[in-house]
Order: sequence, then C-alpha cells, then structure tokens
Amino acid sequence: MSRYNQGTLTVSSSPHVLDNTTTSRIMLDVIIALVPAFIMSGVVFGSRAILLTITCVASCIVFEWAFEKVTNKENTISDLSAVVTGVLLSFNLPSSLPYWMAVVGCFVAIAIVKQLFGGIGQNFANPAITARIVLLISFATPMTTWPLPNQLMGAADAVTGPTPLGIMNMGGDPAMVPSNIDMFLGFVGGSLGETSAIALLLGGIYLIARKVIEPTIPVAFIGTVFVLALLAGQDPVFHVCAGGVMLGAIFMATDYSTSPLTTNGKIIFGIGCGVLTIIIRLFGAMPEGVSFSILLMNILTPHIDNLSRRKIYGGGGRK
Amino acid sequence: MSIFNKHLPAIHVEHHKNTSECPTAKMPLPDKMYISMVQHIGAPCQPTVAVGDLVKVGQVIGDSEAFVSAPIHSGVSGKVMSIENTMSSVGIWDPIVTISVDKKQEVLEGIAPPEVHDKESFLKAVRASGVVGLGGAAFPTHVKFNPKNLDEVDTLIINGAECEPYITADYRTMMEDSELLINGIRTTMKYLGLKKAIIAIEANKEPAIKKLGDMVKDDEGIEVFSLKPMYPQGAERVIIYETTGRVVPPGKLPADSGVIVSNVSSLVAIQRYMETGMPLISKRITVDGTAIKTPKNVEVLIGTPINKLVEFCDGYRRVPKKIIMGGPMMGRAIYDDGIAVIKNNNAILAFDEEWAEFPKETACINCGRCTKACPMMLMPTTIFKAYDRRDREALVKLNVSLCMECGSCSYVCPAKKQLSFMNKLAKQFVAEGGKK
Repeated sequence: MSRYNQGTLTVSSSPHVLDNTTTSRIMLDVIIALVPAFIMSGVVFGSRAILLTITCVASCIVFEWAFEKVTNKENTISDLSAVVTGVLLSFNLPSSLPYWMAVVGCFVAIAIVKQLFGGIGQNFANPAITARIVLLISFATPMTTWPLPNQLMGAADAVTGPTPLGIMNMGGDPAMVPSNIDMFLGFVGGSLGETSAIALLLGGIYLIARKVIEPTIPVAFIGTVFVLALLAGQDPVFHVCAGGVMLGAIFMATDYSTSPLTTNGKIIFGIGCGVLTIIIRLFGAMPEGVSFSILLMNILTPHIDNLSRRKIYGGGGRK
Repeated sequence: MSIFNKHLPAIHVEHHKNTSECPTAKMPLPDKMYISMVQHIGAPCQPTVAVGDLVKVGQVIGDSEAFVSAPIHSGVSGKVMSIENTMSSVGIWDPIVTISVDKKQEVLEGIAPPEVHDKESFLKAVRASGVVGLGGAAFPTHVKFNPKNLDEVDTLIINGAECEPYITADYRTMMEDSELLINGIRTTMKYLGLKKAIIAIEANKEPAIKKLGDMVKDDEGIEVFSLKPMYPQGAERVIIYETTGRVVPPGKLPADSGVIVSNVSSLVAIQRYMETGMPLISKRITVDGTAIKTPKNVEVLIGTPINKLVEFCDGYRRVPKKIIMGGPMMGRAIYDDGIAVIKNNNAILAFDEEWAEFPKETACINCGRCTKACPMMLMPTTIFKAYDRRDREALVKLNVSLCMECGSCSYVCPAKKQLSFMNKLAKQFVAEGGKK
C-alpha cells in the first residue's frame, strides 16, 4: 500500500474538530430575531417603514463594501454584520425620516463608528446607537417628528404626534397616554422598530434559545427600569414597554463588542443602562434616554471588564 | 469559584463513539518494529541493546537512571537492526530502536510475577512494568504513585471518562478487562494505603458503569461515579473537582489536594504485570475517522507502524489528509503514517480532505463563548489579545499557565480563531520570560 507522509498530510495544532457556529450564522440569527419587529413596523407604520429599513440595510452594505475597497481591507459584507447594523439603525428612526438623512446615519454607523476603529469586533460603541444620536443632534426636528400608527400606504400627509414618553415628558394629560395593551402590541407613536414589545420579546426569546445572547443584560436592564419606575411612583409596565427599552435591552445593549464579557460585568452593565435610562426619562430634558444610556455604558465597558475579571479555577483571580 | 455551581464549565462535543461495540481485535505481527526511546514525560531512555543483539518478548531495551522515567520493553522477539535518530511525532529527534521480527515470539526467561509485599516493592514493580499515564499524558506512574505527601492522600480516582470524541479504547478496557481493573484498583489501594477509590465514567458509557458498579457493590471503599457526558470531564483537575469537589490550586499537584488520578488502562497494565510479570508491551487503540475503511479497536504492540495498523483495519477508504495520534480535541496531527505507536497512544484517527480543511479565521467579535467554555475559567480572548501585543505581564495576570490546552475555546469560537494554539504559544512566551 502507498504511504502517506510529509507533503500529503496536514499538520496543525489541536483541536482538530470545531463547532459549526460562525460569525455569519450568529448575525443571521439576529436578523431572524428582528423579523417579527420588522413585520410589526410595516403593520403599524405602513410601507414607508419597510422602505426605510431596506434603504438603511442597502446603504450599510454599500458603505461597508466601499470602505473596505478604498482601504484595501478584506471584504466582510458576507458576515452580515452590516445588515444587522442597517436594520437596527432603521428601527431607531421615525418612519417619516427623509431617506437621505438615513443614509447619512448609515455612513456614520459603518464608516466612522465601525470601520475607522478597525471593523467588526473593534468598535467601542454600538454603531447603530451612535448613528442615531448623531442624527438626533443634527436633524432634531425630523428625528422627533413621530408619525402616528395606521398610516397606510399612499396617505399623502401622515398625521404626526407625540410618543407616549413625549406625552409624559410634557406633563400632558394622562388620558392621552395609550393603554398598556396598545403599548405592548406596538400601536403607538415612536421609532419604527421599537414600539412592539411583544415582537421584540419574541426575537429575544429566539436569541436566548439559540444561545446567541445570554438573558443577563436584558433582564438586568429591563428589571432595573421596572423597579426604578415603581420606586418613582410611575407605571412600571408603561416604562418597560415605552420608547426603546425593549429594542435597546434585547438587541443593542447585548452587542458583543460593546458589552462586558463576564456575567458580573453584564449585570453591572445592564443595571447601569437601566439607571441612566430612568434618570434621563424622569429628570432630563429629553423624553427618552435609552440610546444615551447604552452609549455611556459602552464607553465604560473596558473598565467594567477590568473590574469584573472572574475568578479563575483555584481562586487566584486578580493579582 | 461560585458556590452555587457544582460543575466546572464544559462544552458539548459530538461523541462519534462509533467503535464502542467493537471488541478488541488482535493484530498479527508486523515485520519490523520501531520502538522510540521517548515514550513518557521526563528523561528519555538510553538503549540498553546494541545493533545485532537478539531480543525477546518482555526484554528491557531502553532505560534511564533518572527518577522521572520508565523503562521500555520489546514486545517481540527478533534482532536489533538499527538504532537511529528519527524525527518523532512531536517533531524532535528521538533514538528509535528498529527490530526485525522473527515471529517466534520467544518470551524472555524469568518473566514471573514480581514479589510485592509493601509500598517500596510495589513502587519498584510499577516502575519495572514500564507503565506511564496511558490516558495521554504519559507521566511515569511510579512517580505519580510516590508523592512526597502520600500520607495526606486519601482517594484514588480512576479515570474512565474518555471524554475525547471517537475514542472507545478505555471503554473496551473497562468492559473486557474489568477483572484486572478492579484487582488493580485493590492492589494499588492496598500498597499505597488509600481508603477510597472512585471510578469516574462518563454517563454515555452506561454498560461500563453498570458492569463495574455490580462488581464493586459489596466493596465499601470503591464507588462508581457517573460524570456528565461533556468535554473535558477527563482532564485531571476537572475530574478531581467533579468527583470530590476538591480544587488543585495552580502550580500544585493532585496529591496536594489528597488525590491521585490514574487512567483505567494504566491500572490494568499494572495489574497484568503483578499477575504475570509481563510488562507494558501492547496497547488497546481505537482506529477510526472518515478515511478508515473498517474502524476497530485493536490490541497493538508498542512500536508497530501506523500504516500497518491501518492496513489491519482494511486500509484507507479515502485519501487521508490528516492523521491524528490521540483524540481530535487534544491529539497530535502527525506528518507521516510510518511513525510507530507509543505507550500513551489511545487512538489513531485518519480524516479525509473535507475534515482536514481548516475554516478561515475571521475577526474576534468579543462574543465571550471561549470565556464561557473554559473549564479553568480563563479568558482566552483576552489572553490572545495580550499575546498579540506580547504583553508578558498581562499574560501572567491572566494565569495563562493554568491552561491545559483542552481545546474547548478553539472549538466554540465562531471566528474560528486557534485560541488553544495561541494559549500554547503564550504559555511558552511566559515561560521563556521567567528564565531571563
């Protein structure tokens, strides 16, 4: 029989078998988890919401491809992370936002926040959150003009109005605040992907079941918001379902590269997000604070990671 | 370590125990044997035979004066053809004794059960049997059985976890040599003065748990423990924690925590020597993998070339692209199938092109899967970043030297980073720094 030797055999370091999880599979799972909220955005805000999401996804892919082309880096659009960023950014925008502004946001997210810092895994802040904040500051009026639900395709002039949190923030008539059922299903004003708590929860359960995320951060985040709202004498269910808490806690605060590695770190991170959100909502000038709280905690992540280094086997953890 | 969690982190790895119902087949004698003088951790052996000598079955052909070493025996009768340095599977130059087999299998005169009556004579016999850690580590057993603080040791853990995929050799040993195993445990307990023995077997080997459990049910000192069928339950520190809840601090030995761990095959080999006087000359090996025509468990003489062993399993089914000595998680990929079987081999796995191909590495996304998987609770992603910038101080702080290279981190990595390999390099880098 023939002998097999040097040159025909592959020699490599162990292990010689690997799990079949890949980065693109993880991103695909996130996209699947976002589908219920995507459908609800179409039901609640009509085709304009769907078109805005498609615009964001397309421009994120184009910016990622173009940046890597120009800088001579390896093309990474197949890892689907740009698609996720596009969907998440669009979910944070009012469905009536002019398309070109959304494209500007995509540029900020992909080219500035993600690629300038070294691409996937290297960014210190969540691209979609940061882009949303840049848009909010740059285009304050269109970014806070909220179409009300059930504006179907073809409606020339969409009716706009305040979001539930906006009503609260202006000290408005409590009777104007929608019912918790409407809030839970998502038939309220707001960013196009954030309104339906049930759709986002479904996605979250899928991600946890697929072991893409751990429940630690969402539970700590949402739990903190709930408890603090209760302590402040407000309706905790309202605060949990309103604004971007669900979207932020499940999909944005759990972003791998911008959240801590260890369980203890994740708990600190989640609680921090919840505390900042409630502080901004109750005492700040803005009606909503999820984006700012996540961005602030993103910046603290390396420090949380350093402080929450876990004890190794045998106990000799921090030295 | 959390007091809420009784288990160390572990991962699910596909078991692929295809050969568990394959009784051990005995292989015919090859024409030539290639016996390496480096078959254990510690001092290499010096050949005690010369070219042209006639050797017999059971004869010592290599030994060393050093304490941490074990003699090497011939498994055949025949003539020493050459003693030459050859590149071994580890990539270093080893003296290899080549014996042309006369196929008469004449047994050395004077092979008889050793006289054992106390600890000293027992340890001497264990050394003479040539037994080393057959689970893979190849640490000389007589050294392991003789720690400075033996009086503090109260428990013998018998490692029958066999957590590596594919390998079923230890399982077959437990099923086919159960008598020898139980007697080996009793002998070892008696002479080392140990009160308690725990046979730890992964739950996926139900028949072995049942069989051994039945055999020791009247024996108060010996218990059979069922481990979770996860990887790496068979790693020394992990098996100690899972069975006794004891922690072996970094830099310490199991004996410091009152336990000695021994693999099932090592104990069987020791008992065989005690009963017959025949030292360790053969090994039960699982031959499997996508490139092997008929996967089998084979009892093979140490020194048999791998291609002969594969031939006995009806040869290759497909062109092999990767051949592994040991399991797929920790085994070594070899560069030549003419290399011979050594003592601590427990499997030869041959894989075709499809399996040998390595997926492309992508950027780390900080998902933390490696950190969650590490049984020693290290942070592989942080370690590899520290190694990337050659930060020795950070690596020491991250306790990289505790890594046992189990491969769990690489296995779970979605970016397909070779984290385990990086840890290996980082450990070496830290060790080199210590010398300066």
